[in-house]
Amino acid sequence: MMDAKYDAIVIGAGHNGLVCAAYLAKAGRRVLLAEASAVVGGAAITLELIPGFKVSTCAHLANMLHPKVVRELDLNRHGLEWAKSALPTTVLAEDGQHLTTSQNTVTGIASGADSDLQYFPKFNQRLSSYASIIKSFLDKTPPRLGTADWSDRSNLLKLGWAARRLGRDDMREFLRIVGMNIADLLEEFFDSELLRGALAWDAVVGSNLGPRSPGSVLTYLYRLASQSERGLAYPKGGLGAVTAALAAAARSSGAEIRAGSPVAKVLLQSDKVGGIRLESGEEVAAPVVISGADPRRSFLRFVGSENLDTGFVRRVRNIRMKGVTAKVNFALSALPAFSGLDAERTGGRLLIAPGIDYLERAFNHSKYGEYSESPGMEIVIPSVHDNTLAPNGKHVMSVIVQYAPYDLRDDWDQSREQFTDCVIQCISRYARGFSDSIEACEVITPLDLERDFRMSGGHWHHGEIAFDQFMMMRPMPGVSQYYTPVPGFYLCSAGCHPGGGVMGAAGMNAARQVLATEVNA
Amino acid sequence: MKQYDVIVIGAGHNGLTTACYLARAGLNVMVLERNPYIGGAAVSREIYPGFTYSNCSYVCSLLRPEIMRELELSRFGLQIIPYEGSVSMMRNGDYFANYADHDANRREIARHSRRDAEAYDRYALEVLRQCRFIKPMLLTTPPDPTSFKPRDLRGLWDLGKAFYDLGEKQMYDTIRFWTISCADFLDQYFETEVIKGHLAGSSIIGTALAPRSPGSAYVLLHHYMGEVDGNIGAWGYARGGMGSVTQAMAKSLQASGGEIRTEAEVSQIIVREGKAVGVALADGEEVHARTVVSNLDVKRTFLKVMDEADLPANFVKRVRNFKIRGSSGKLNIALDGLPDFPALPPDCPARQGDMHITDSIDTLERAYDDWKNGTWSRQPYVDMLIPTQLDPTMTPPGKHYMSVFVQYVPPYLADGEWDDANRKAFGDTVINAIAEHSPNFKDLILDVEVRTPWDLENEVGLTEGNIFQGELTMDQLLFNRPIPGYAQYRAPVDGLYMCGSSTHPGGGVMGAPGANAAREILRDRGVRSTAK
Repeated sequence: MMDAKYDAIVIGAGHNGLVCAAYLAKAGRRVLLAEASAVVGGAAITLELIPGFKVSTCAHLANMLHPKVVRELDLNRHGLEWAKSALPTTVLAEDGQHLTTSQNTVTGIASGADSDLQYFPKFNQRLSSYASIIKSFLDKTPPRLGTADWSDRSNLLKLGWAARRLGRDDMREFLRIVGMNIADLLEEFFDSELLRGALAWDAVVGSNLGPRSPGSVLTYLYRLASQSERGLAYPKGGLGAVTAALAAAARSSGAEIRAGSPVAKVLLQSDKVGGIRLESGEEVAAPVVISGADPRRSFLRFVGSENLDTGFVRRVRNIRMKGVTAKVNFALSALPAFSGLDAERTGGRLLIAPGIDYLERAFNHSKYGEYSESPGMEIVIPSVHDNTLAPNGKHVMSVIVQYAPYDLRDDWDQSREQFTDCVIQCISRYARGFSDSIEACEVITPLDLERDFRMSGGHWHHGEIAFDQFMMMRPMPGVSQYYTPVPGFYLCSAGCHPGGGVMGAAGMNAARQVLATEVNA
Repeated sequence: MKQYDVIVIGAGHNGLTTACYLARAGLNVMVLERNPYIGGAAVSREIYPGFTYSNCSYVCSLLRPEIMRELELSRFGLQIIPYEGSVSMMRNGDYFANYADHDANRREIARHSRRDAEAYDRYALEVLRQCRFIKPMLLTTPPDPTSFKPRDLRGLWDLGKAFYDLGEKQMYDTIRFWTISCADFLDQYFETEVIKGHLAGSSIIGTALAPRSPGSAYVLLHHYMGEVDGNIGAWGYARGGMGSVTQAMAKSLQASGGEIRTEAEVSQIIVREGKAVGVALADGEEVHARTVVSNLDVKRTFLKVMDEADLPANFVKRVRNFKIRGSSGKLNIALDGLPDFPALPPDCPARQGDMHITDSIDTLERAYDDWKNGTWSRQPYVDMLIPTQLDPTMTPPGKHYMSVFVQYVPPYLADGEWDDANRKAFGDTVINAIAEHSPNFKDLILDVEVRTPWDLENEVGLTEGNIFQGELTMDQLLFNRPIPGYAQYRAPVDGLYMCGSSTHPGGGVMGAPGANAAREILRDRGVRSTAK
């Protein structure tokens, strides 16, 4: 192999790959970032749906971007601007009785919600304090269990201490609820079906869980923990603006980004990483390769099962990453009129999750490989706050739809239209005349996510967020600290701790680990 | 009026276990039972003339061998007859059987999938490891993780050490096992739907979970961690029905000088100056004791037979939030002869064991969805056994008794009440499901007793008919069971204790909660325990 021109190669220019490359470049390393797609950004991109209409194709809100990443990579200087922050969330009901939550308040008309108004701030405060235990670990390498390493031990103690510091009552409550299902917890606190539905949505979105599945409190806490202070926010120009700023930051430190260069293989030289081979056949040498692809793809495709232990391969195959979330994007000729909703709230995050049972029923379908007949949805119309996205008076609308399972019993390619109709009909029940305003629409199913965005199983988080895939067990035991059994090969994707969402923490942590471990990198 | 050292409310197997241990330690014990018979949900009853039904719990495995030994239950008449197989019958006429014999088992799995036969040993090893890990915890009082008391710190240390000693890889496997769903757990090993469906049955019995609910893998363990004569995971029949377990306990108790009174319903636990001093019976009589132990589930104990004013408000709120959803029903059937199951080979040992009707995990999931919607499963999961093949004492010669456990059945129906019509409709659903696999079954039926969660609540006293006195989910296990901060068998009132399955380690005819409670009581009273 030729002499290494690079100290490290990062595979995949999604937000975590970009963050990782930017940090390495900033530390003076010569970095190549190889991206398969012609567009840089992974699942955080803005594309033109039809001429004049630009939409955040996959992820559509930047509520998790880690403040350290923004600060340390100076994203504001590299062009990141915000169109609107601290967006309120409104959960819709078919009869026009809405309920709006923002930070610590609930407003709106809904029956039986009086005591809920009072409890909501308390509930938020309490869960946020539990979430702070997770929050303090977002930008850290998770400790391994049972090692003799002093930093693992001290991190474990810190974790235990963080729980103990809550105080006796709160620690007990934390230990009780952390394994619960969100439905039971919400039923203990709130009477309003709408409020329960709204909060349950946040627990299950992106996960293969229903509100009555144990473990959904953990996903809720994870979401609270990763929420940045800005709250729900639209970057100006859509989510692509985030990765554009990251790419600018990486380039300004000297990283080289090659789009349209899919990687075929990680090359090994006497059991150590020697570089990569692109699908074009070109080989690029580097002593360190960091994969921003999901762990399954990273190991089974890039490294290859022939280079790994059988037991290890089995564990890789057992990583749970079956996506159940679809995305539907619309170009609209007019702002949809949701019954009973004023224009201001229409610009916020809208949820179709009118109750726990509604979501649970939607979930039932996905267990049997069907999409929900009445799905839960998260709707945003960023063009209300960002006039760069659509022509004047027109709008783009982006909808997360759940549940739409990866392993649909019928063929996704044949069911796509029916599914789209089902989504449109469902939205029309809340916004009359909606279907007349559609100028164009696209559907991204979990299968599309796998095919077009190269996420195995079409899972947004590169793997379920669950106890057995959390912190020291993410993506799987033994590789939770970003290094792998293959010397020189690292992971930096959302499949690693802390997990998914446009956060960048995994990329940042991985870069730190690479810099600490690799002498040459 | 006689003053006792201890009153135990409820003569279920845990109440009796506690009473036995206390009486053996020399205390003066009175057990009060509401029903005219003792045993709680471990009873043998003659509902149809000449036929003995194990009309609630029906098989035995979890009963801790330490308890059998220490209370000399064999000497007092308890005999466990092991059976050696289980089988799931499929819609297409095929079946999948599970045998105690390792080689036979392997051959049977290989008949469905050779790959699964290879995986079975890995699977069995992992389950066995988890059984070994949990076993020492069963007869241990859970430590309070928020406490700095030396005893709790030591308990936590022991727990941590047992965990740490597993080694890094197994620590992760253990966390995984305790938190994932049964379906995900089985998917790691098996590819055949019916094998997964068969094994997943143990993960749903008695719970408000389904195989795809995270946490259900643990429930699987809860049904595997028992043993018969040292064979881990084996199950058996109590000769004479499950009532033999509690009858033996009662005899053991009486031999140590303890007393039992039936038809003595406790209406109120009397608290004076923050201390439990006795109980008032429904007829107004008061019975006094320095210590009161409740075998009732926590909801019944604190919300029904106590005055809320005697309890901390926060505690009452937590008791209200205790999850105790009923999900199981039962049919007890008197048969004129042995029903045939033509799909099974004539010599199949599973005919004497658990027989299920399942095709896949999906069947179980769909059964669960019906329950969530407030109706009984249209295609229910059944665990049916005909113990009279191995135990002829329960029926007249040539006749048989069949116990059919049914999952899922809601305690309250979404539309309507549990009246005779609905009860019959539910019974017919189950009978028709069985008849699909047994052509002569319907003709043999002499009598059917249909039991819903509603019946369990009203007759046995289990709130919502939950057979475990509270769900076996992480928020209600170990130091969280039943209420965080109250996992050490002590109620928030001095002199009052809990010994039912609501407490650690939970339900099943195990006796461990009763033994643990007795140990704590003796500790508080400064009496040396005879229990380990």
